[in-house]
Amino acid sequence: MKMRKRTPLLSKYWLLILAVLCVGLLLLSAFTDGKAAGPLRGLTNYTIVPMQKAINKAGVWLSDMTQNFETLEEVKQKNEQLQSRVDELTIEKNNLQQQRAELERLRELYKLDLHYSEYEKIGAHVISNNGSNWFSSFIIDKGENDGIKTDMNVMAGSGLVGIVTKTGQNWAEVRSIIDDASNISAMALSTSDICIVRGDLTLMKDGRIKFEKLPKSDVEIEVGEQIVTSYTSSKYVQGILIGYVSEINDDANNLTRSGYLTPVVDFKHLQEVLVITQRKADMIEE
Amino acid sequence: MTLKIQIKRILVLIVFIIISFLLQTSVLKYIAIGSITPNLFIILVSSFGFMRGKKEGMLIGFFSGLLIDIFYGVGNLTGFYALVYLVIGYLNGFFKRRFSENDIKLPIALIFGSEFLYGLVNYLFLYMMRSKFQFFYYFGQIIMPELVYTILVTLVFYPIILRMNKFLETDEKRSAGKFV
Repeated sequence: MKMRKRTPLLSKYWLLILAVLCVGLLLLSAFTDGKAAGPLRGLTNYTIVPMQKAINKAGVWLSDMTQNFETLEEVKQKNEQLQSRVDELTIEKNNLQQQRAELERLRELYKLDLHYSEYEKIGAHVISNNGSNWFSSFIIDKGENDGIKTDMNVMAGSGLVGIVTKTGQNWAEVRSIIDDASNISAMALSTSDICIVRGDLTLMKDGRIKFEKLPKSDVEIEVGEQIVTSYTSSKYVQGILIGYVSEINDDANNLTRSGYLTPVVDFKHLQEVLVITQRKADMIEE
Repeated sequence: MTLKIQIKRILVLIVFIIISFLLQTSVLKYIAIGSITPNLFIILVSSFGFMRGKKEGMLIGFFSGLLIDIFYGVGNLTGFYALVYLVIGYLNGFFKRRFSENDIKLPIALIFGSEFLYGLVNYLFLYMMRSKFQFFYYFGQIIMPELVYTILVTLVFYPIILRMNKFLETDEKRSAGKFV
């Protein structure tokens, strides 16, 4: 009987101790900018992360297997589609090559040093994703040991995926641009007008993101316009494609415009990403 | 209770936490309905809370939350989810005396309540604090679907936890009988 009377008291103390520990951790990590969690993250390097990598490998193998069982008919159909796509792209490529020659000539004229197309990148695999329904981030299999630092930009294919927010020795967390906490300074490619691209949970399902505060200028920006990262952004390097304008409206103040973007990256099927190893902050210092 | 049996229980719990984390962050994405995934941690923390009492519920909650915080913590903060799951584990511990293995209604009601609390805390601290005030949108599109889906998954996941716990408890009782 005595034991039973004592247990509630004990568990109350436990609650107090653990809650104080949590609050202490929260404060410590808030004041040290996340460095307080370093030792904790160290623990996971040889425990959780290898397991995640193994699971990911198994998943990739499985999806490869299921793809092998596609019927010949489907493959034929796909081949036809791809052939027509190749034709389209060849024509497009020729056009682009002509334009590129022109561009190079003009660049030389202006002596513009547009180095942003040649950022150094390293590839990484996505090994796990944020299991919660409230945020959208994922873990990649490269970390501090591979030279990954926080605030490095992450791309997939030709588009922006997100930014590194946390690093461990052999892993890093990337917050995607559709995450509700994401905020990017961007610009319209043709006019260089600056706007803000903001992730929003209410749009995540439709695969869209919002842009705001685009100044209303004489040159009207239309649906289909490319939105890229801007030159004023402090964290994102310039000129990475974010997406295409899918809807644009005048704001009530009649000074700015806002609307929606369709991102170029398919966030539901991310497997490999590219991390840009040059950071904007370092570039500015140089 | 001997040390050996205690260590066995701790190991089993650690395995449960790690498996839940790995499932939650990898495989669950593929069974998402309308991009909503169920929450295994709520099931785990809540059920150990009402099966084993406040202390064990709290500890499991704390360590599960800590694991989430390390990888997917809110911004740079560590400890937010640890605190949330800690409290959920503790609150579920109050219902230990009413718990019976044959009754599925109480577990479902408690997991329902815990999941609702979790959704509410998430909204209040992580969304309302950033001046996103469309509560009913988040309620209808995130909290409720997650709740329903979690309850569905409970029907599969909870019996496994229950069986494991029963297995551990018979072991513990047997060894207690031996020594007393």
